[in-house]
Amino acid sequence: MDKHNEHAENKGHGYSIYFLVWLGLLTLTAITVAVAGINLGGITIATAIVIASIKSYLVLTIFMHLRTESKVFKIFVMAALFFIVISLVLLFADYSSTNI
Amino acid sequence: MSADAAAINQNGHESYLEYKGKYKGIFAWILSTDHKRIGILYMVALLTWFIAGMVLGGLIRLELISPGRDIVDPQTYNAFFTLHGVIMLFIFVIPGIPAVFGNFFLPIMLGAKDVAFPRLNLFSWYLYMTGGILVILAILLPGGAPDTGWTFYIPYSIRTNTNMIITLTAVFILGFSSILTGLNFITTIHRLRAPKMGWFKMPLFAWALYATGWIQVIVTPIIGITLLLVIVERVFSVGLFDPALGGDPILFQHLFWIYSHPAVYIMAVPAMGVISEIIPTFARRTIFGYKFIAFSSIAIAVFGSLVWAHHMFAAGMTDTAEFVFSLLTFLVAIPSAVKVFNWTATLYKGSIELDPPMLYALAFIFLFSIGGLTGVIQGVLSVDIHITDTYFIVGHIHYVVFGTAGFGIFASLHYWLPKMIGKMYNIAHAKVAFWILFIGFNFLYFPFFIMGWLGMPRRSYDYLPEYHVYHLISTIGSWVMIAGILYMFYNLLISVFKGKRITDKNIWGGETLEWFVDTPPTLENFDEEPEINDPYAYKQNEIEAEEVR
Amino acid sequence: MSTHEQTVTSHVHRDDEGSRMGMWLFLFTELILFGGMFFIYSVYRYLHHDDFHVAAKNMNVLIGTANTIILLTSSMTIAVSIAAMQRGKKMLSLTLQSITVIFGFIFLVNKYFEWTAEIGHGNYPGSPELVNQNAGQILFFGLYYVMTGLHGLHVIVGMIVIIFMMRFTMKDIITPDSYVKLEAAGLYWHLVDIIWIFLFPLFYLIT
Repeated sequence: MDKHNEHAENKGHGYSIYFLVWLGLLTLTAITVAVAGINLGGITIATAIVIASIKSYLVLTIFMHLRTESKVFKIFVMAALFFIVISLVLLFADYSSTNI
Repeated sequence: MSADAAAINQNGHESYLEYKGKYKGIFAWILSTDHKRIGILYMVALLTWFIAGMVLGGLIRLELISPGRDIVDPQTYNAFFTLHGVIMLFIFVIPGIPAVFGNFFLPIMLGAKDVAFPRLNLFSWYLYMTGGILVILAILLPGGAPDTGWTFYIPYSIRTNTNMIITLTAVFILGFSSILTGLNFITTIHRLRAPKMGWFKMPLFAWALYATGWIQVIVTPIIGITLLLVIVERVFSVGLFDPALGGDPILFQHLFWIYSHPAVYIMAVPAMGVISEIIPTFARRTIFGYKFIAFSSIAIAVFGSLVWAHHMFAAGMTDTAEFVFSLLTFLVAIPSAVKVFNWTATLYKGSIELDPPMLYALAFIFLFSIGGLTGVIQGVLSVDIHITDTYFIVGHIHYVVFGTAGFGIFASLHYWLPKMIGKMYNIAHAKVAFWILFIGFNFLYFPFFIMGWLGMPRRSYDYLPEYHVYHLISTIGSWVMIAGILYMFYNLLISVFKGKRITDKNIWGGETLEWFVDTPPTLENFDEEPEINDPYAYKQNEIEAEEVR
Repeated sequence: MSTHEQTVTSHVHRDDEGSRMGMWLFLFTELILFGGMFFIYSVYRYLHHDDFHVAAKNMNVLIGTANTIILLTSSMTIAVSIAAMQRGKKMLSLTLQSITVIFGFIFLVNKYFEWTAEIGHGNYPGSPELVNQNAGQILFFGLYYVMTGLHGLHVIVGMIVIIFMMRFTMKDIITPDSYVKLEAAGLYWHLVDIIWIFLFPLFYLIT
């Protein structure tokens, strides 16, 4: 199966990408813990979500190989995320305004 | 299934029914990963459960034939409508067409030997059967059958002493079965199409199953977690839904309907896919607007996931939520209307044959139009405030769900059963049964709209005398409809044992691949790679039709 | 593979990309299962912002951070175990798989200590202390136990799956030419990690 050989070749020096991502994840974790100590109200939670999203992005694209999979997989992931986001937004239509 | 000598199809090939694998007797069926056998396994279970659900419906109508107590007490009545809903929705129409006809025909229509994950497919069936058994236990065990309605609303679902945990577990497991079927079909459609079958050479039934598969995979987990939380609430009192502990019952409703609204599209879209197959075949015309129908299935899946709170207009939501969901509800009607328009356009100048599948398909269009339009009426906020939780809604749901998924299943049976078993049913009887069924259906359900408009509440054990005449007509209608249904099933059942043997590959003149394989199909469906053409190329028939005119 | 394929044809259907596709679809269902819980968290956090803040003070940021580091590292080890298998390094792959399982175990041990501590303080559903608190605090702990509990169950499942992969690796069922099972197991583990990546700030870092 050629595809597997291609995979292996891409990872020729490939172990290092995993270490790098791991270091990046640890760094981001450190940042998020540090920021949590500073009370900036809404910004703190927003920052935490943003950092968590960046960490997830790294895990998805590198560890889970989404980067090297065919386009269809990326569309799939976007579809799932779209559903989660839009459902949350619509759900909040019933909670974020105060009348009734 | 008797593997009699008559099952050998016309080319002397061994059909899937006769194939002898590793296992013997019943194990050759319940351990088989052949998509066709799994489809039959689902069919037998599904139709048995339908009869149970139908009997419950009949009993409900009997109780309601006059005000006051007729045959049962209120507690039993509550259990009747709860079980009727749980069985009909979670065990009959949601698995419905995908589990039976999707399993049997999707691989064949795509030119494949089986689905992407045959063992997972069998596992789905085991999950389905387990869910069903748990529902039976919920009825029989002390504690009594559930009485919350199929919607399990908080707080009653936390407080009732009936067998809720078993029921909720059953629905959870059934949901998992549904997810795995959807997952299997999505992968099958992406990966196992015959090499020359591009997406736009796929039959519309496959497009419908694709869209449905996505709905199954994406939204079913939401009801999974929601019902799991109700179980956890009952056992541990965590407080997430319990208003006494700070929980929000409306949040439960939101989560419940985030699944249960798209669930109705799991029920309807495959049925629409079947109609998109039947109409061209029996009108001898290529389908009008293939791409529009294909994309409308996807559009229904997407938009259908955004309208759930129209079930909650009177629950106390904010104005913003009400406006947003009302608007989205109007929008979701559009792709469905596109389909109805295109089916009708296909009929225009067609050479129409009123065989039983076509009768059910035409009835589908009629019933769905009524059901769908009443849905749009309900989407109007100022109107819904008055008719919500009345019989108007019950009329709507039976016209849409029974009219689409139910009639879709009946249509599929009349279209495909002969192909599946190699025996033909009596067409004259089938037509008579159809008319009895159809007339009974309308006498049963149309009065619901009227009395709902006049204020008759749903799920109500008793009612004021002013509604009596409607209930009476409706109950008599139910007897006619049930008679028609039993007649229809009897006709089909007799054909399984005594039907005329058919060896014709193409019984109805269809153009999709299942009509070019043996009747019944061989184990691996195709002996050689199938020739892929336009699935609705009725050129030959169009020319003939022109000549006749 | 199904029996009939072995008797009727010699070709056994293999589709690695299809297998991965199926796994991704399954992951979506898990993601959305937890997503539903995140919806509930979001709503209640919005409605009871201050109570959540107070309740979260009970959380042990140190253990939470340690567990985050443990899971992130275990994600790396399983990813590298696949890369190792691709390059024919069977023993390395096996070692990394086992390290992943061990990390999962340590995570669960930490969780156990955390939970027993909270229960010791009376912060558990139905406890006399908790029932007297504000709604927001009851909800916070309800969410905490359910979400971390469900997550913990998934960690256990993930560990069992990887142990099976270790067995397959030892028996050469997973090989450099055929390792899609290991990829699928890895995908599942990464999802478990991603869910924790979000759980961590939402429960431990909102003080």
